[in-house]
Parts: sequence; structure tokens; C-alpha cells
Amino acid sequence: MTRIELTVNDEKRSDDVEPRLLLVHYLRDVLGLRAANVGCDTTSCGACTVLLDGKSVKSCTVLAVQAAGHEVVTAEGLSSGGQLHPVQAAFRQEHGLQCGFCTPGMVMAAVGLLSENPHPTEEQVRTGLEGNLCRCTGYHNIVRAVLAAADASSGGGDQPGRNPASAEVTA
Amino acid sequence: MSILGTRVLRTEDPKFLTTGGVYTEDVVDERLGGAYHVTFVRSPIAHARITSVDVSAALEAPGVVAVITGADLAELPAIPPAAAGLINPAMEQRLLATDKVRYVGDAVAAVVTEHPYQGEDAVELVQVDYDPLPAVLGYDPEDSSLLFEAAGTNVGGYWGDPSQLKADLFDGCEVVVSHTIVNQRVAPAPMETRAAAAVWADNGRLTAWIPNQGAQGTKAEMATRLGVEASQIRIITPDVGGAFGAKFGADPEHVVVAWIARHLGRPARWTETRYENLIAMTHGRAQQHTVTIGGSRDGNVQAYRLEIVQDAGAYPRIGAVLPMLTILMTTGPYDIPKAEAIAKVVVTNTTPIGAYRGAGRPEATAALERAIDLFATEIGVDPADVRRKNLLAPFTEPHRTAFGALYDTGDYVVALDKALAAADYPALRKEQAERRASGSVRQLGIGVASYVEITGMGDGEGTPPEENATVEVHPDGTATILTGTSPHGQGHATAWAMLASDELGIPVEKITLKWGDTDLIPEGGGTGGSRSLQQGGAAVQQAAQELVEVAKQRAAAELEASAADLVFDKTRSAFNVAGDPEASVPLTQLAENERLVIRTVFSQPGATFPFGTHVAVTEVDTETGKVTLQRVITVDDAGVVLNPLLAEGQRHGGIGQGAAQAFLEEVVYDADGNPLTASFADYPIVSATEVPSYELADMATPTSYNPLGAKGIGEAGSIGSTPAVQNSVIDAVAHLGVRHIDMPVSSRRVWEAIRAARQEHGPRAGSEHS
Repeated sequence: MTRIELTVNDEKRSDDVEPRLLLVHYLRDVLGLRAANVGCDTTSCGACTVLLDGKSVKSCTVLAVQAAGHEVVTAEGLSSGGQLHPVQAAFRQEHGLQCGFCTPGMVMAAVGLLSENPHPTEEQVRTGLEGNLCRCTGYHNIVRAVLAAADASSGGGDQPGRNPASAEVTA
Repeated sequence: MSILGTRVLRTEDPKFLTTGGVYTEDVVDERLGGAYHVTFVRSPIAHARITSVDVSAALEAPGVVAVITGADLAELPAIPPAAAGLINPAMEQRLLATDKVRYVGDAVAAVVTEHPYQGEDAVELVQVDYDPLPAVLGYDPEDSSLLFEAAGTNVGGYWGDPSQLKADLFDGCEVVVSHTIVNQRVAPAPMETRAAAAVWADNGRLTAWIPNQGAQGTKAEMATRLGVEASQIRIITPDVGGAFGAKFGADPEHVVVAWIARHLGRPARWTETRYENLIAMTHGRAQQHTVTIGGSRDGNVQAYRLEIVQDAGAYPRIGAVLPMLTILMTTGPYDIPKAEAIAKVVVTNTTPIGAYRGAGRPEATAALERAIDLFATEIGVDPADVRRKNLLAPFTEPHRTAFGALYDTGDYVVALDKALAAADYPALRKEQAERRASGSVRQLGIGVASYVEITGMGDGEGTPPEENATVEVHPDGTATILTGTSPHGQGHATAWAMLASDELGIPVEKITLKWGDTDLIPEGGGTGGSRSLQQGGAAVQQAAQELVEVAKQRAAAELEASAADLVFDKTRSAFNVAGDPEASVPLTQLAENERLVIRTVFSQPGATFPFGTHVAVTEVDTETGKVTLQRVITVDDAGVVLNPLLAEGQRHGGIGQGAAQAFLEEVVYDADGNPLTASFADYPIVSATEVPSYELADMATPTSYNPLGAKGIGEAGSIGSTPAVQNSVIDAVAHLGVRHIDMPVSSRRVWEAIRAARQEHGPRAGSEHS
């Protein structure tokens, strides 16, 4: 067992973990944050995507011990105070999700993409999300959602940050 | 104003977007405390005799509680083939393989551990000795190596009688074209893999959480496999991360997990890896078609024959039955005077075939739409014109086809013309001609596919398709709906709430939908075959209407008025005496006095037949074969649309999956039956970069079979887009002499086809044609 200390969704965490424990399993099984999903064995599907120090990473390909000393944000930590993050709100508005399994990872990948490129073209969105697979939507509305989130954020600043005002969580 | 037909946002979404769905692996329940984890030992060989299974080393490994083999399950009945009357009954499956393995992935043993990582370690220690046998593969397997010795053949059976094919079917046709086409094997690959969590209570009753498309069917199959009464089983359906036809019923692994939980007296859980999912969840399609089409030089199709070989994989499951649906839809939307179809089902050393989005109907459409294009090219007539010439005339009274399908309503020529107009077909053909004339390396292809499909089928002859719903209004102004459908992305929680809201005047966000718990909802047909709205949704509407009628009687007593004098004011969700808004009583008050709940069953006269036309535009690099899908334009007429947001989402998803089959996806085995596409690194599952945004044109021809006027929309996208994309790629290089390329029309295949055509027709064939 190895002791790790890290910040997850603004909370300090300290846990003893097996050296081979994957970050996604640490988040899901130790912390009970189960938004990130495991969808493949080969770092191909992106269902486990989270932010590590603000950059999107596939948490199935990061060891929990590698995240020690760093800051992790999951889909659970994106919204706050009952408000959806603009990217989450755009996914809902544009019907960018169906079964929801890829969704938390897709949203985190989109947040990472927009933080690097706040005004992407459709092609840049598609290329940016190439590592995140969705079997339900045919990607059409996911792309619309990311473009809409970019448009929305351009009104209130270019930084798709953590807690801006947005649509209410309830219907 | 009615909420029906409007773009209501999904009430499901906030949860999925924040804390995420609660899928089977996510389920936290005190009944599952201390659950063991199950990891399956799977055959690495396609075809072999099992000579011994030694579990001793595995039992010594850390955390291993037990290792279960086929011998331990000897008490449980074998799984007979689907359609046992037609398919050779000797082709049965054991829950865990005992004497033989028949595909790479066939489960041989199950390792039970305290923690999941321990299972991954321990499966390596189970020593299975295999005596390899020749792998049986392909659509024409010889009987020199038999999967099932007791069957005496690798042919499972026939749909139709090959000896009844008419030798004179094409007599009188000026042109006859024939081609053998492969509708390749693909992986459903839902993002959530299969899983199970099972626990037996002290009273001997099983509770199992299983991702499924219909808990009631899963319960029935689980009961049969375990040999227990169905009443002893409760299936709970957590959120389901996609299914696409492959999560109906109970798979052998689900049954083994439940058996282990009973055997060891502790709850047990299993979540498969993606590797397992790609080799051991059922695959889809896997049909070979020999199409023969005949007609006149001016474009009248007069005769069509479809000869199908269904590769059922190692064990004949639902895939062995799907050719029945392919045959049913043989002539599609066309008026073809003479047509016949038969199917042969074979078994091979590959993953069993099951349902996959469209399940038998995409195969019929792909065969027919390729045949129409082959015929059009042969006679030199525009393929859109050939379609227009042969499509059935509009009908509003049901039309019976020669294959027994009863099409409810259809207006196929309008669908074709709308799609062509939305695509600006003449402009596309003009651009194509210019590129051909210039000898451009980047050639343009335009593919057209018209289709009609069948949705909401009943269980069989004479059984009308039906679904139940329960609606209850609570004293606090909320309502609950119980449905026999089983959403896994379709948005029933929103859609069914819209239907109830429209009748009850209760806001959508105050209505909760429940499904998939067999103790709560003992009956139901689940979600598949694009049946849910037309039957499950219609049942919700009917239940809400019946509830208002019951409430009206109670309101009359309450208000001491005649029911005939009462009106229901939906804006207040209350009854009042006509002309006297003060004399009123709300549903909430009536619910307080006595539970206000109605269960009803909606029954539909028959299946419905959505239709449409897809146009695909691709660019093909004639030097490299590279295919770029540029546009997909579709008309998908599924009758009246309840929520355009959801209907469009269904179309998008279907279009994407259908297009992916056309030019990307294929499950591949080597000559020994080893799967070469057993991870997402190898299986070319479609990503966002490979498809364009889709262009949808609207058309809504109501059905009279349900009050909503709705047909199914879940599978249409995948039925039209596959042949449209395939046809477009072939069209892009047709002027070079290419007549057909099998799916997936990958860069390599396109390049090879161009090269072969150039060798046959000469290097300059293309530029001379235009």
C-alpha cells in the first residue's frame, strides 16, 4: 500500500492504495465518485475522462499514485449549487446524450477542449473528441452541444471555468 | 396548447451529466454487501475438445473462493437453439462449456474472488487442456469438421424451401443481374458492457440487477435456465448504457453469476471487460446475400430473388431467427411482381449472432438497395429514377406483400423526392459529372437508399402487439407511471411524462417513470424492435385518459353534480361544473380520498411500417481509395412525432451506426477463428471524426394503428444509411468500371476494386466514360 494525498473536486484526500490501482478505480471504488465509467481496456473510449490539473486525461490510464499531489476534477465536481456547468447545460439543451454512459467523460473532454480552444470549429470539435466514443448519438448533438457551449461562454468570458452561472439542474 | 410534438428537454439529463447514471456496476445496495466477484475463463481456441480442466493452482491464488466449471453446472438444463422447431435441436449450449469449446470466448470456467483484481490474476492459473479441431468458418462451411457431432451437419436449418425456387422466375426479363454480397458481422458494442449483480434472500428468492432491454423477458429466461419458478426471481434494471438489441433476455454469464450467488450463499457480481464484450456478447448481421434482379431496359423491375446464408455463430440464438424478418421485408418499398427468398442457417466457430439495431431488416434493405443499383447501372438509368419507377403507389389502407407483411400506411415516392430535394440531387450529379470529366483524383459518389421497415411486431401470428402502463396521481400533485418498456437512452422518462402531462395537467417534471423492476411491473415487452412509443407510450396515454374518467365519477360525487356536467380543466388539473369554475375539485384532493391509480393494456392491430429515403454523399480518392463521408440526408417517416428532440436523436444515432457498418466496422477472424478485432484499438468503432453532421428532412404519415399516429424510429436510421453510404462509394468509382464493393467499403477495398477494374477495363476507362 502507498499513501497518496491529492485534491478531488476541491476536497483534500488522503488514502492508502495498492500501487497498481488505477485512478478511475480509486475515484469509483475508494471515493464513491462513479460518474466516470470504464468502457474499454485500451484507453480508447474516454468514458473515464477527468481533469488532472485542468487537462483532460483518461483516468483508466493513470495510476492513482501518479495523481498524488495533483488536482482532479470529475463530472461530480463540475456543477455546483444545483447549477449545471455551461458545457453540461449545453449537452442537455442540444440532447447531446442518450444512455449517458459516455457522457461524464465526454463532458470532461469537452471542458478540456474548450479550455485549450475556446472557439473551435466543427472540425476541431470532432478532432478534439476523437478519443471519446459514443454509441448512441452518432455524435451529431454532441458536436452541437460543444459548439453551443463555446458560443455561450464567449458572452461571459472565454474561460470555461468551474462554477459559472448556468441553467438550473432541475427540469 | 398541447405539449405533444414539442421539443421538451430530457428530465433524465441532470443526473447523467453530474453524478452519472447508476449502471449495474455502480449499484450500491446493502443486499450486495460482501459480494464476490466473478471472472470468466474463456477459450483462446476457436474449436477444440476440452480434455481436462485443472483448477487447483487457481484455488491457491490470493482471494480465490471457488472456481466453477461446467461439471459443477451439470444439474442445469442445456440451452436449446432458438427456433428449436426449425433449427437442429442438437445444437445446444451449456452454460459453461464441458466437452468442447466452439468459439474464442466460449466460457469454460468462472473464478470467484473477494476482489475483482484477484480474479484477473487467477484466471491465468486455471489450466484447461484443449485438443484443437479444425475451425469452421464462412458462409459455406463443409461438414468435415462438425461443431455439433450429434447434429451431423453444420447447417442449422432453413427458412423456406430451396427446392421451391422457381427456375422461370426471370423469364421475360430483358436484363438480369446477379451478385453475391456479404452483409458483414459487426459488434453492437454498447458503451456499457454486460454485467450482473445477484443475491438470494433467505426465503430462496433471487434478486438480480442486470442491464437489459426488458426485465420481464430477462426474468423468464433466467428462470428457465436456473430451473426455478419465475415467481422466485426479481430482476431490477439499473440505468443501461446502451444495448442496440444485444441486451435482451439473460445470457449464460448472467445465469452463472446467479447460480454462483446461490451456490456460495453470498452475493456475486460480474462486469465484463471490453475484450470479453467484443468476443462474447452476441454480434450482429453476418448474412451472405445472393441477389438476382430482373426487369426491362427502361427500368421496370419484374423479378427479384434473395438467397440468404445466415452465419449464426457457434450457437444458434436469435440470430438464427432473424432471416425470417429479412425474408418478410424482401421486396421492401417496391412493387415487384415476382419475388422469392430463402435462407440457410449455418453454425461456425465464431461468436453467436444476436439482434443488432434493425435485426434482420437492415439486411433486407441492404440487399435490395444494392440490387436496385446493380440493375440501374446495368441499364444505364439513374438509380433514383429506377426507384421512383418501382416504388409502391401511396396507400392509406393496409397493403399486403407477397411475403405476408401488412404495410399500414406509406407514401414512398414523396419520401424519395423530399430526400432528393433536400440533397439537391441534380446539383450533386452535375458536380459528379464535372469531376469525372476532369479526371479528378477526388471523385464524388451519391448513394440513394429507399426503405420500409417493420416496427412493433407482436410475439407471433395472431398475437396483437401490446403493452401495459400504470398511472397514479398522488395527493401532493405528483404522478408516477409504471411502464413495461425499458429505456436505455431513448428518453421514455420524458416522453411518457409528456403523454401523461397532456392528459392530467400535471407538469412533466412532477411525473416520475419507473420501469424494469419485475416485482413492481410483472409484465412488459421491454424496448426493442422500435416498439416503445407506439405501444408503451400509447398505453400511458390510455391509462391517463382512463384515470381522468374514473376521477370524473369521483368528482361528480364530490361535487354532487352529474358527471356529464363536469369538465376537466388541465390548466388546474381539476374538475369543475361546466360554467361554474368555483365548483371544482382537483385530482390531488380526489387522490387524497382514495388512491387514484389505473393500470391498462394498449393493444395494437399489428406492426407498423416506417419508411424513408437516405441520400449519402462521399468523396473517394481514386489513388488511395480513401473514403470521406461528406453528407447524409435523410427522410425518416415514422408517423406523428411526439418529441422532435428525441426522434432526431434516434435518427442521428441510427444513421451513425448504419454508416459505420457501410464503411468502417467489421468483426474479423483469421483463418483459425482467432478474433482480430477484440479491443477498441482494433475494432474500428466509429468516432466523431469519421461522420458529418446529418441533414434531416421531416415527413410524418400517421398510422391508424394507435391514437398517437406513431410508428417506431429507433432503428430506421441504421436501415437506410448503410446501403446509402455503400451505394455512394461504389457510385463514386462506378465510371471506372467498379460494380460492387462489399462492406465495409474501406480504403483498401476501394483501392483494390479500382485497381481490378482498371486492369479489366484499361487505365483510362474513367475519363472515357463521362
